[in-house]
Amino acid sequence: MDLQRKLEILADAAKYDASCASSGAARKDSRGSRGVGSTGGVGICHSYAPDGRCISLLKILLTNACLYDCHYCINRRSSNVQRARFTPDEVVQLTLDFYKRNYIEGLFLSSGIVQSADHTMEQVIEVARKLREEHHFRGYIHLKTIPEASPALIERAGRFADRISLNIELPTQTGLTRLAPEKNLARTQEAMGHIRGKIEERLADKRKPDAPKPPPFATGQSTQMLVGADESTDADILQRADALYTGYRLRRVYYSGFSPIPEPSKVLPIKPPPLVREHRLYQGRLAAALLRFQVSEIVTPDAPHLDLALDPKLSWALRNRAQFPADINRAPREALLRVPGLGVRNVDRILAARRHCRLRLGDLLRLRVPMKKVLPFIITADHTPARLDLDGDTLRQRFLPPLQQMELSLDGPPPSAADNASVRTGEL
Amino acid sequence: MHTAHIKPTLESWREEARTLLARGVPPDAVLWCQAGDEPSLFQAESFPSPAVDSPAPRVPAAFMDLARTLAAHADERRWGLLYRLLWRITHGGERALLSVPTDADVRLVEQWRKSVSREIHKMHAFVRFRLTGRDEATGREQFVAWFEPEHRIVRLAAPFFERRFAGMDWSILTPEECAHWDGERLHFTPGVPRSAAPSEDALEKLWRTYFKSIFNPARLKVKMMQQEMPKKYWKNLPEAPLIPELIAESGDRVRNMLATEELEVKPAPQNAYLESLRRKDNPEL
Repeated sequence: MDLQRKLEILADAAKYDASCASSGAARKDSRGSRGVGSTGGVGICHSYAPDGRCISLLKILLTNACLYDCHYCINRRSSNVQRARFTPDEVVQLTLDFYKRNYIEGLFLSSGIVQSADHTMEQVIEVARKLREEHHFRGYIHLKTIPEASPALIERAGRFADRISLNIELPTQTGLTRLAPEKNLARTQEAMGHIRGKIEERLADKRKPDAPKPPPFATGQSTQMLVGADESTDADILQRADALYTGYRLRRVYYSGFSPIPEPSKVLPIKPPPLVREHRLYQGRLAAALLRFQVSEIVTPDAPHLDLALDPKLSWALRNRAQFPADINRAPREALLRVPGLGVRNVDRILAARRHCRLRLGDLLRLRVPMKKVLPFIITADHTPARLDLDGDTLRQRFLPPLQQMELSLDGPPPSAADNASVRTGEL
Repeated sequence: MHTAHIKPTLESWREEARTLLARGVPPDAVLWCQAGDEPSLFQAESFPSPAVDSPAPRVPAAFMDLARTLAAHADERRWGLLYRLLWRITHGGERALLSVPTDADVRLVEQWRKSVSREIHKMHAFVRFRLTGRDEATGREQFVAWFEPEHRIVRLAAPFFERRFAGMDWSILTPEECAHWDGERLHFTPGVPRSAAPSEDALEKLWRTYFKSIFNPARLKVKMMQQEMPKKYWKNLPEAPLIPELIAESGDRVRNMLATEELEVKPAPQNAYLESLRRKDNPEL
């Protein structure tokens, strides 16, 4: 099989992994070396595919042959997809060739499980080792690791990689047992705990005064959760994500909407991807991370799913109208962060500006605050919302998006206008 | 009305601005003219050089940072805007002006600064090198790229490429200015026409294969793509010509997937590792 055909198969096999981040690595560059590569700045998206996803890394599998039978995955052993396998040298050369032409930030290498977890990990690590040691490559390397691989191998992967990840796949063991019978939540979390320990150990070594510089180790780990394949609620997903962020200090939990694949399984019939749901989940997570919401405020036992029509913060505000209006000139930062339509950056601008003058609506307009959204929730020097505005039942109606014409083809992707605004698949 | 003739560089503006400031000329009495521009209808006196000998006015460090970025902006009104800010900070009693984000001038300057930074970021992203050969003496590979930035950012964007591609020789050619790295020295030469740059690279076929294969037709979001990769960049991206056909085919590809008959589950093969996993999950076995 020629290289072109292998690339076709093994990139196609890798595209269901949503991760593409190339940020958050330690600062390093190629000055004074014979190699190429730099990391440590902001991540760069070198291209975009028409699915709106950033192309930042050469994201491929070493092989798509696989012993596992995860029913949502095109590479499961029951699939009839054509199988291919790169040699480590082919991946090394492809990475360097793409990198030198400035197509990519680096490599994201994953693999189907062949022979055993350890054997597979060894192959993946060998690619990274060659890039770093034989070719002095200082670009970004993200390695997918396998929870069942021996801790020593996962550690070795971490020495060559900037980022390592383990996919949690589904928020509950029930879901895994049905859809990914070889995977296990407890084992995955145990491996994440081990990686967290190693990352923190290295950080501590680095901070020791007068100690020699410790050998490099990945600066972060991430994971991916599939959305829409099983019956999990948004509450299940957000709570699992929250537990992963706090328990294992993950850099990122990616949500990957279950999307139609060729070769679907009887166990899991395919359906159009839940793009809006994925978007709302990212917004829900952002609300928790940046705006200091508790997950239990965003999704409640009565409403375990996020409102698809409105963003989670606006939904929360509509359920908690007694907390408003907030006075732009007096309210503390935490209260301003909860005003629908105000993001972190504008809240900080407002705080800076109100030290110099009392703010009026014109000031907010200049900051490009979405006026229609904020007006019912704020007081400024020249504005107080009418009581009716906050109490009226029509307030929710006002924020619903206009009815959209149905797409003619029902089996095509669903309309995604609401989706376009701020979702960055992966990159938040 | 005073006409300030300057070269389109920060140094030239700074020199002129110092003179004007020392003479107490308010911003609305100055017409800024970049060298090469036609003299304005409001032709008026220019200051005799040399500049007045007076201490340079003190400005916050943040202002000079801002000015350095803004100087690269393509809008020639930037010089007047910068001078107005400078005047307000030094003569208008508004030393903290830059920390008032709701001020109209600060807002505008912030938007322009963002526009320049974004263009630098996009240059880092969308430059595409093409291999032209190998230096016989040093053995280093040589690459050349063609790029058409919207602002005058070549000097601001180049250090990134130096850090990243130290181990190869490269040139980035643009219509305004070109940057070159030979392993020792980063240097700049005047702009060249597009025809000076190579028109292909053998690897582009593989890159296009990758672009095509990594695209998921079931998640078409064209607007999202264009927001981050506006069409103005497409003409210099080897992968961009594929975009229309990928979009056009996506509907049929998804329909085909949905029409595919679902596959039965195959029995697990004999494998010691799978066996060990099963024993871990069910210790009674």
